[in-house]
Amino acid sequence: MVAISSQRKWATGYLIAVAALFITYQFLFPWDGLPMGIYDTLQLWLPPTSVNEALVYVICALGLNIVVGYAGLLDLGYVAFWAIGGYCAGWFMSEFFHMINIHFYGSVAKAAPGIHVNFWGVLLIGGLVCAFFGVLIGAPTLRLKSDYLAIVTLGFGEIIPQIFYNGDDIGGFNLSNGTKGITILDPIPAGIKNIGPFDFGYKFIVFVFLAFVMIFISLRLRKGRLGRAWLAIREDELAASMMGVPLMQTKLAAYAVGAFAGGLGGVAFATHVDGVYAERFNFSISIFLLAMVVLGGMGNVWGVILGALLLSWINSTGLPAFGQTFNSRFETEINFPSFTFLLFGLVLILMMLYKREGLIPESRLRLILHEGDPEEDLSPKESK
Amino acid sequence: MGKLKATVAAKKFTGTRGQVRRKRIETSGALIIAALMVLWLGVNLIKAPTQFAQVTVLGLRNGLLYALIALGYTLVYGIIELINFAHGDLFMLGALFSSYFITIWFHQENSNLAGWLTFVAALFAAMLFCGTINVLIERLAYRKLRRAPKLAPLITAVGMSFLLQFVGIKWNGSTPRQWPTVIPHGEYVWFGVIISHVTIILILVAAPLLGSLTFVVNKTKQGKAMRATAQDQDAARLMGIDVNKTISFTFALGGALAGAAGLLYQQSIGTTNYNLGFQLGLIAFTSAVLGGIGSLNGAVLGALLIGIVQGLNDGLPIALGQKWSQSVVFTILILILVLKPAGLLGKVTTEKV
Repeated sequence: MVAISSQRKWATGYLIAVAALFITYQFLFPWDGLPMGIYDTLQLWLPPTSVNEALVYVICALGLNIVVGYAGLLDLGYVAFWAIGGYCAGWFMSEFFHMINIHFYGSVAKAAPGIHVNFWGVLLIGGLVCAFFGVLIGAPTLRLKSDYLAIVTLGFGEIIPQIFYNGDDIGGFNLSNGTKGITILDPIPAGIKNIGPFDFGYKFIVFVFLAFVMIFISLRLRKGRLGRAWLAIREDELAASMMGVPLMQTKLAAYAVGAFAGGLGGVAFATHVDGVYAERFNFSISIFLLAMVVLGGMGNVWGVILGALLLSWINSTGLPAFGQTFNSRFETEINFPSFTFLLFGLVLILMMLYKREGLIPESRLRLILHEGDPEEDLSPKESK
Repeated sequence: MGKLKATVAAKKFTGTRGQVRRKRIETSGALIIAALMVLWLGVNLIKAPTQFAQVTVLGLRNGLLYALIALGYTLVYGIIELINFAHGDLFMLGALFSSYFITIWFHQENSNLAGWLTFVAALFAAMLFCGTINVLIERLAYRKLRRAPKLAPLITAVGMSFLLQFVGIKWNGSTPRQWPTVIPHGEYVWFGVIISHVTIILILVAAPLLGSLTFVVNKTKQGKAMRATAQDQDAARLMGIDVNKTISFTFALGGALAGAAGLLYQQSIGTTNYNLGFQLGLIAFTSAVLGGIGSLNGAVLGALLIGIVQGLNDGLPIALGQKWSQSVVFTILILILVLKPAGLLGKVTTEKV
């Protein structure tokens, strides 16, 4: 009961924040009567795009949390799933394949060329395609030692974006439009209204819904048979297999679910920026996501959300805004956004050195991660 | 007697059914890949023999550079089983240090006597610089995590790589930077194949380094301590070996090689960039894995092979070309890890699971 009430606290907190943000962006932001000072402050420190981007990161970080936090498999190529999801959106929701004309409950006029599948359908397609690739890369490599696995995923995360980058001419076929990318996606159909690229308020609700789906999946899976099997593998593979946990299947399931979330995030990100651009999918994104998971607390859903919101905001808005304010106040010209490397590197190192379980620790993980620390008291703490 | 022996031999245990099947898949996969490689090489060799030789020389030259970096990975992995992600970025810092040392601090831009002397001084300075940084990294970050679960040092290494890249951005700027080089730009032509001075200098510097490393590891007392620590840290400690010092020494060796590689890269290519270490580091790591991680000869062999394959892919008429270079290297990496995780010269280690 105690655990549930603490969970409820988190959930209520997030819900209130969602409602406040929605009202702010949907009604307050466009309102003429809003004082200019407040508008400018909001625009500088918390523009709607930064919140939506942070939500995309939340979706992906929750997916990565399943792989890294639950199952204990390090994935350094998560950006590949993000890219695949993004290109699914690009292929199935735009006029990119203009030589054919397929409509499936799309949100644009029937005469428009290209493939136009409904946004919610594309989410499913993107997720499933990513899950397929997750299994494809996982199946031959999951036998490897954990650090080799990290390298293979890293290689995968480099190959996939390069395929899209060079994809404007694969044997004469234009797969991805290369560096130019695919632009202008269909609006999101949401019953009463089609949500276009600039309807930040409504899109915010859509992303919140997706994040909610991921929270729900993460929490439910964790309680279930599969989730307990993941935790068992994370803690001791040998013991888990002796207790009858099928190692390969369980690990593959973690990969598939994690990749599915990456696909959702990819589709969401594509609608967020209204396009897919190959050069955006680089290695740093995989590391950003890893830092989010590590900072918040591996395995703890609420912590990971907090880590993702925090780091994503700092990266997209906080640092530039702080830099702008600092530079204009003290008349300096320090390039603050370049400090992201320092920030993310330090987050990873310091968290691993001093607080391996993250800001909001998961009590079980805390014990494992400090196993072997000579100076640390290993006796389990009283659960609050 | 003979008959009995025959039956015993026939019933010899070769593994469970799964293991046998897996071995069969591995062998046939390796054979198919080898056959395709031979076909590809053969067609290209007949089509353009001079070009083939030319790109092989270039590939070998790059391979030597990769070997210097790959040895750093393999040394560290051999001794504490950590993939030191920051190693590639250490190489990048080595390249930056050499550029500053030669061009900005000592103002050498031409290949005269002063330039050569600075080059030699820069070699030792860069080796010292990178070795020190590597030892510091181990001391400050990895040592505390030596007994922690494997995920922790690995994530720390990734973070360290980001940290060094930040130093690179601040030092070099976020765009590629062009430097003058003190190595002369001439070349020899031998049967139509161009061998530049850069290639010769590279071989003259890298080969003794590789040789002396082998000597240190195999013949000296410190090398013996390294091998003992790699086998079993606790047993080594019981034998009176200072494990911490030995590990520091290993990091110093790896760092020094990365520093030398940095200087050679900067002097042969002439351009530096902050994310240089990421790409080359991954290629070098692939080489280390290809040769069998933990094996010194393997790292050199793997690096030369990767260099040649990359050179052939980038320069041959029938090939994917330079824009797929990274993908080719990573595909090799994945194939090796799937088909033969122990690498070409590595020892097969059995995991408990």
